[in-house]
Amino acid sequence: MNIDGVSTGIVLDHIQAGKSLLIYQLLELENLDCSVAVIQNARSGKYGKKDIIKIDQLIDLDFDVLGYVDPNITVNIVKDGKMVDKKHMALPERLTNVIQCKNPRCITSIERGVPQRFRLVDPERRVYRCEYCDTEHVAKR
Amino acid sequence: MAKRDLINITDLTQEEVGEILDLADDMVAHPEKYYEECAHKKIATLFYEPSTRTRLSFESAMLELGGNVIGFASANSSSASKGESVSDTVKVIECYADIIAMRHPKEGAALVASNACSVPVINAGDGGHFHPTQTLTDLFTIRKEFGRIDNIRIGFCGDLKFGRTVHSLIEALLRFEGVEIVLISPDELKLPKYNKESMTEAGIKWTETTSLEDAIPDLDVLYMTRVQQERFFNEEDYIRLRDTYVLDRAKMKLAKEKMIVMHPLPRINEISVDVDRDPRAVYFKQVRNGKDVRKALIATLLRWKEEM
Repeated sequence: MNIDGVSTGIVLDHIQAGKSLLIYQLLELENLDCSVAVIQNARSGKYGKKDIIKIDQLIDLDFDVLGYVDPNITVNIVKDGKMVDKKHMALPERLTNVIQCKNPRCITSIERGVPQRFRLVDPERRVYRCEYCDTEHVAKR
Repeated sequence: MAKRDLINITDLTQEEVGEILDLADDMVAHPEKYYEECAHKKIATLFYEPSTRTRLSFESAMLELGGNVIGFASANSSSASKGESVSDTVKVIECYADIIAMRHPKEGAALVASNACSVPVINAGDGGHFHPTQTLTDLFTIRKEFGRIDNIRIGFCGDLKFGRTVHSLIEALLRFEGVEIVLISPDELKLPKYNKESMTEAGIKWTETTSLEDAIPDLDVLYMTRVQQERFFNEEDYIRLRDTYVLDRAKMKLAKEKMIVMHPLPRINEISVDVDRDPRAVYFKQVRNGKDVRKALIATLLRWKEEM
């Protein structure tokens, strides 16, 4: 399978094998009406195998989180069968409800309904800090 | 304009800090001018953790401004004991009070409160994280004693890991010129990395040592802290670390004649009682300063709210 499967839509390519379902959840793709294909363990010349997600419609999604989950993911925008844009993801400035604060003294460990918010403080070292308690979280490479 | 809170000292610009300290000075010089400043206004003091100074200081401050006080002094005497969230509690309290001062054992609790309600929230301590009104007190004390805050060499001694007063004061000092910081603590209670990074980024000169005797001769301010039992999950660690530093008359002899000793109180045994008579010991003056500066803060936040 390849990009030809989408005539107008979005293709998330080069997802690390095994992470597509996590991305599906984080982007809340289950709420879409259009066709969404999740392809796991596709052959990849660069990585051996990869996952791909194809969304059969051009929609406004918050892709920032992809840069956190896997910086190698590319977002391909396809119109009329042609790839019109290819985006490489950077670490997002803010993360909401993507990671959980591990500090047992943080208010988020007991308060119901509070969003888990982190802000990027050191892009080079990939360090995020909890907005509530300042505990650091280092994003994996 | 959004409502203003004080969660972290950096919520105030340096200019605003200066204005609050100036107002506090004026309130000390002319208290009668402010007897009606907060007439018909109420402060809610929501204290989920025990406190003597901070809570009573907020309450005295509001009473001296002509306002009233409601609140609770422990989580057990509030709906928190029934499992009510911080967000729900402050949504209820804002129906009764014009301003909230909150202390909570969890870090970030004041920020959650501030996000949940529309009245100004003052962080009166959130776990081991921040304690900005103690910081205003400390800045006010340093300014009163030296006539300036710039170009001060200040040593922080004791529990620098969980000591929220230390974290907040360091954040505030980053904005002053020529401040030098000496960190004096056992290895287990060192200042968190993020505070050190902030100092480095701000270009502040800082050093770290385990010896109070080595550090004391060069200091203008010695800021002592208590090793806080309530921050330890393990009793053994607390007992082992609590007696690491005890400031006594012998150590005071090594210090400059003009050095001042500060402490956010309560003190356990980290400052020997015989140091109290030394004129360089200003920790009880700090308590009075704390009430005066909280008066200025409450008045300022309520004035800002009215300007909205």
